[in-house]
Amino acid sequence: MEKRILLSGNEAIARGAFESGVKVAAAYPGTPSTEVLENLGTYSGAHVEWSPNEKVALETAMGAAFGGARALAVMKHVGVNVAADPLFTLSYTGLRGGLVLVTADDPEMHSSQNEQDNRHYARFAKVPMLEPSDSQEAKDFTKIAFDLSEKFDTPVMLRTTTRVSHSKSIVHLDEPVIPPVKPGLIRDPVKLVMLPANARKRHPVVEKRMEEAARFAETFPENRIEWGDQKVGIITSGISYEYAKEVMPEASFLKLGMVYPLPKEMIKSFSSRVEKVYVVEELDPFIEEQVRALGLVVEGKSSFPLLGELNPLLVEKGLKNLPSKEKEEPVQKLPARPPIMCPGCPHRGVFSVLNKLKLFVTGDIGCYTLGFLPPLSAIDTCVCMGASIGHAMGLDKALGEEALGKVVAVIGDSTFLHSGITGLLNVAYNRGAVTVIILDNHTTAMTGRQDHPGTGCTLRGEETFEVDLVKLAKALGVKHVKAVNPYDLAAVERVIKKEVQRPEPSVVISRAPCVLSRRERVVSGKPLSVDSDFCAGCRSCLRLGCPAVAWVKEEGTNVQGKRRKGRAEIDAFLCNGCTLCAQVCKFGAIKGNDGK
Amino acid sequence: MENKVTNILLVGVGGQGIILASEIMADVFMEAGYDVKKSEVHGMAQRGGSVSTHVRFGPKVYSPLIKEGEADIFMAFEELEALRYLSYLGLRPAILLNEQRLNPPGVSLGNEDYPADVKEVLSRRAGKFKRIPARDLAVRSGDVRAVNVVLLGALHSFLSIPEKTWTDQILKRFPPKAGPVNLEAFRLGKAA
Repeated sequence: MEKRILLSGNEAIARGAFESGVKVAAAYPGTPSTEVLENLGTYSGAHVEWSPNEKVALETAMGAAFGGARALAVMKHVGVNVAADPLFTLSYTGLRGGLVLVTADDPEMHSSQNEQDNRHYARFAKVPMLEPSDSQEAKDFTKIAFDLSEKFDTPVMLRTTTRVSHSKSIVHLDEPVIPPVKPGLIRDPVKLVMLPANARKRHPVVEKRMEEAARFAETFPENRIEWGDQKVGIITSGISYEYAKEVMPEASFLKLGMVYPLPKEMIKSFSSRVEKVYVVEELDPFIEEQVRALGLVVEGKSSFPLLGELNPLLVEKGLKNLPSKEKEEPVQKLPARPPIMCPGCPHRGVFSVLNKLKLFVTGDIGCYTLGFLPPLSAIDTCVCMGASIGHAMGLDKALGEEALGKVVAVIGDSTFLHSGITGLLNVAYNRGAVTVIILDNHTTAMTGRQDHPGTGCTLRGEETFEVDLVKLAKALGVKHVKAVNPYDLAAVERVIKKEVQRPEPSVVISRAPCVLSRRERVVSGKPLSVDSDFCAGCRSCLRLGCPAVAWVKEEGTNVQGKRRKGRAEIDAFLCNGCTLCAQVCKFGAIKGNDGK
Repeated sequence: MENKVTNILLVGVGGQGIILASEIMADVFMEAGYDVKKSEVHGMAQRGGSVSTHVRFGPKVYSPLIKEGEADIFMAFEELEALRYLSYLGLRPAILLNEQRLNPPGVSLGNEDYPADVKEVLSRRAGKFKRIPARDLAVRSGDVRAVNVVLLGALHSFLSIPEKTWTDQILKRFPPKAGPVNLEAFRLGKAA
């Protein structure tokens, strides 16, 4: 029987890579891309790795493709910024084995710092880009991308968005193929050594290739016309196709599987045969502007939003020109429920101290960015991976004495290894009076706990070398490196207070495994409880922002005669006994279940 | 209900097992012969934030997202979260409410009040309205984590899919020793 299975877009890309005979796959975790490699790791046959960052991932994939093997590099949209340097010249060298670069974009910024539209990269780097609409296409297009990569001697980008990566739909499975190119070590310096004389020879090859790809796009079966009613013609791709099909199935569609280069003749002929043309696309008017450049009249961003993701209702409003009905007001203003640090999270102690010391905290990308939210409220900048250290350095150099003792950088272990090392090297080299706190929870936590060079474990769970952050910081030139237990609030406060005053580079490593780690555990797991006789209602424990601690409104007095407006309560189901609340309680009201 | 696409919206709090419930559900609909799509957001959702998952099944499904105002079945795993997604409800939808309150940070800190009238609001909007003490039933089944399977049991009565398709898929999702507990959770939800 034919095998059908429900897969997410990301799982389908992994399956597609497996069926294509991929040999090397590399990625750095990042929502919404992470599950591609996690899933590929469940198939045998390929080398599948977490690279320290996206640039290294793409370069590793390049090396494999130069050697004639099929290679995959996967990253979130902002990860392509990190990998852009090799990408733009890979476009010149081309490759022997197929190379597919997956970019998973995040319109609406569900879990990202911006919503850049990575379709622009295809045009900018001059590489073809495919865009699937559902999981079946995610699998099929991955396989097509490998074939096109070899056919046109170019990397091919496969672009998904959150709703394609994280939606599930039915996929038909096939058997893996043996790739047509035979791997091997073949010298080709004129093609692979991009010094100016060679690169000048390659640029015209790139331009010619893109002309050929554009001609190919005219007959590419995944650029297809679905004729319907010829009053309305919709040019669309990716998830937008599904929304438009949902709300106006009777219209005619030009469904673009390849979003760069575009099939210009096909677009002209389609447009000439319908009364009104709409371009339905998320984010930037990427297709619309190219269609307008053909001299065609279309509706696009005049009818659909430029910001955020689309959905069926927004597409319907745009296509049917519906009056924008007042959004149904919730019955009342509801309390927000933002993501928060887990109960027992090792970051909480550090952030409660940073809040108490009123430091200016340059922040980075990871779970600890949640330290921005009240009541911890202790993140003052957050831009991109590794930036916290540069920010602290710049503040120090700009403000000097004025900032000394008032600024600290925080960065996670995975983020530090991704792109914090060079920042810290700069602090040491250019003598910054900067203190960097590395929040070492021994995993890449925010994306769901992936391994990295500091965990001693590979993507496939094999044991490996584990980088020593203390030795690394010292080797970079930082003399003062202190490790601290984040569950010991007094020690954390003492160390941070001392280190930020230092007029030289210093590093504090807050070291405790992520509370969700399955491999390591330092918190007891035994819930604490509040002795309501002693609780004075001072709210110190609540200021830790732990989901397990709640306020109960109830006026009264405690046994010591303190008047209180309410008291704290601990949810035994959520608490895992990290003891921070007991440490901040001045009335001895919080106890372990053994009474201590 | 079989000739058109059926829209099920699941809402609640990260950590309540909503995504697993939607996975089981999607497999059940596929096994029952339908086209299926489902969508949710991963990433920050696991940190105790508000979560919503869309599941759609029928002869042919295009969008993985339910259009606002068109949810046929609304499964709320948490009371406050039910109110947050009211704009998705269709006309006289079937509503399943897990009678459980999880305080968001503002309420835990004593700065905001938990809304008082969730059940009245929902019952005014509902075609059918079922309130289920799913956490108690999960505890009775033998595992407090089985809240999601209890709610699947309750959902079963709103659809016409053979019970065996449900129990087969539930058994497939758990290790053998967790099978009986989850079947009991499903049964308790169905009877609720």
